Amino acid sequence: MSKVSVMEKYLPYILIAPSLAYLLFFIGYPLAQGLYLAFTENGAFSLENIEYLLNSPFSKFWEALTDTFLLVLVIIPIQVAIALGLAMLFNMKFWGRNTALYLVILPLTISDVAAGLIWYSMLSTNGFFNKLLMNIGLIKEPIYFFGYEYRPMEFLAIVLTEVWRATAIVFVILFAGLQMISQDHIEAAEVFGANVWQRLRYIVFPMLKPSLQAALIIRTLFAFQIFGVVWVLAGRDIPVLAGEAYYEQVQLRHTGVAAIYALIIAAISVTIGYIYIKLFRAQYLEEGG
Amino acid sequence: MEESSIVKYYLRKIIVAGLVILAVLWVITPFVISILYAFASKTDYYSPNILIPLHYTLEHIQKLLDLGATRAIINSVIVAVITIIISFALGLPAGYAFAKFVFRGKDSLKLLIIGLRMFPILVIAVPLVTLYIRLGLNDTLLGVALAHTAMALPFVIIISSSIFAGVPKELEEAAMIFGLDRKGAFFRITMPLALPGLTAAAIFTFIMSWNEVFIASVLTLTNRTLPAFILTSAMAAPDFIKFAAGFIMIFPAMVFVFIARKYLITMWGITLK
Repeated sequence: MSKVSVMEKYLPYILIAPSLAYLLFFIGYPLAQGLYLAFTENGAFSLENIEYLLNSPFSKFWEALTDTFLLVLVIIPIQVAIALGLAMLFNMKFWGRNTALYLVILPLTISDVAAGLIWYSMLSTNGFFNKLLMNIGLIKEPIYFFGYEYRPMEFLAIVLTEVWRATAIVFVILFAGLQMISQDHIEAAEVFGANVWQRLRYIVFPMLKPSLQAALIIRTLFAFQIFGVVWVLAGRDIPVLAGEAYYEQVQLRHTGVAAIYALIIAAISVTIGYIYIKLFRAQYLEEGG
Repeated sequence: MEESSIVKYYLRKIIVAGLVILAVLWVITPFVISILYAFASKTDYYSPNILIPLHYTLEHIQKLLDLGATRAIINSVIVAVITIIISFALGLPAGYAFAKFVFRGKDSLKLLIIGLRMFPILVIAVPLVTLYIRLGLNDTLLGVALAHTAMALPFVIIISSSIFAGVPKELEEAAMIFGLDRKGAFFRITMPLALPGLTAAAIFTFIMSWNEVFIASVLTLTNRTLPAFILTSAMAAPDFIKFAAGFIMIFPAMVFVFIARKYLITMWGITLK
């Protein structure tokens, strides 16, 4: 074998190695270090952090766990339903479709913190929503969305903001999936007399399943990391896992406790990812990513 | 029969138009309102009868900049640029390898990168603090950029691989036949053709870093990036300062995305598949 072809043989590995090493270090090291931080105190094994997490009156762990799951369970179905409707709407041809498409996916570009601030301007006591309803005479007193005594309204504000902000991600994936379904299948079904519902039920939905699964998983993974929106709109009134990690680390300097929160978020994500790969592995490999 | 199908046709058109307008309004209204409020005079904002502000001022933006946002904006740009440089330096070769080579373990490696992209990157922040203190990287912009690189790198690899794959192999082979080596073909043929796509990828990397708040807040104390600064400082400020903060955060992202709008759907399609 000549020198050049040996070089060619190893070249792809040489090109990939730096990236892979970087990623493995920046993910592997923090995970190991996180375990160490969580379960040691002054260099010796200790369950003090777990004890604090579960039992301290300052810790909002159980609340954070329930509220995070609750937010995920409420937000994801709404997002998927709206995104599915939007994808089917935009799959039709109409004048100005590209402009409308560009506008609808604008929230993809902004941060969670900015989204929180934007919806604060909509929902605050002097905000647009309250002024609008008062000026058309629907309400006399403003509706309060923020503050500890209005926690259900804060929850609602978070849901609204998340639906507004992150539905676009689900929409883009489903829209791309819909566009890949050949029009021939649908027309063939039409020729054979399938009505709208039957065409959806037996052709569109089955062919859209891979995109739907991908969208669901990606959104779920990100939803468990919810932080910026909640912190801007509700602070710790509605505790979430990432918010508590931030609070314990930045405000209280409880690095060990913050590390446990980080590990819990990682564990939840890995579990979801594992289920995903287990369930859809075959087709995942087929697509080649 | 004829008439009813015409009615049906127009009815359908009206319903579609109505739904599209509704969807666009739902997304656009909060943007417009928050931008208007960022520049509205205080009296207009607090007056219950003025729905759309009539008097505008740069006062709130100015006040926010004076509070320290100027420094934070500069920090954010520095972090984003370092992130682009490192993640491209590491990621482009890997993307090129995935696009242009056939080798053993390629599929598994690609799957691994995709898997790592799914990893909730914010969890690395807390443990990194301890390492950074030891290395003297704590509260530095480089430290934040290194963590942001871990977030952006899988994206850069996947995107650049699909961009490089789009450059026809024939062109490179022709160049090599005419005497260029692989390196020459890469820099003279592949790179120029891939440049527009890579520019869009750089813009997306910039926005990823610009928007990231958790890692930046945990890893910095005095050298805050813009989102970290807003999360800690601007939250205690009056409402109109918050609106100004929202505007400063979304403005560059919207400008950049407008520039790269041609690639918007394709890029999200590829990255989120």
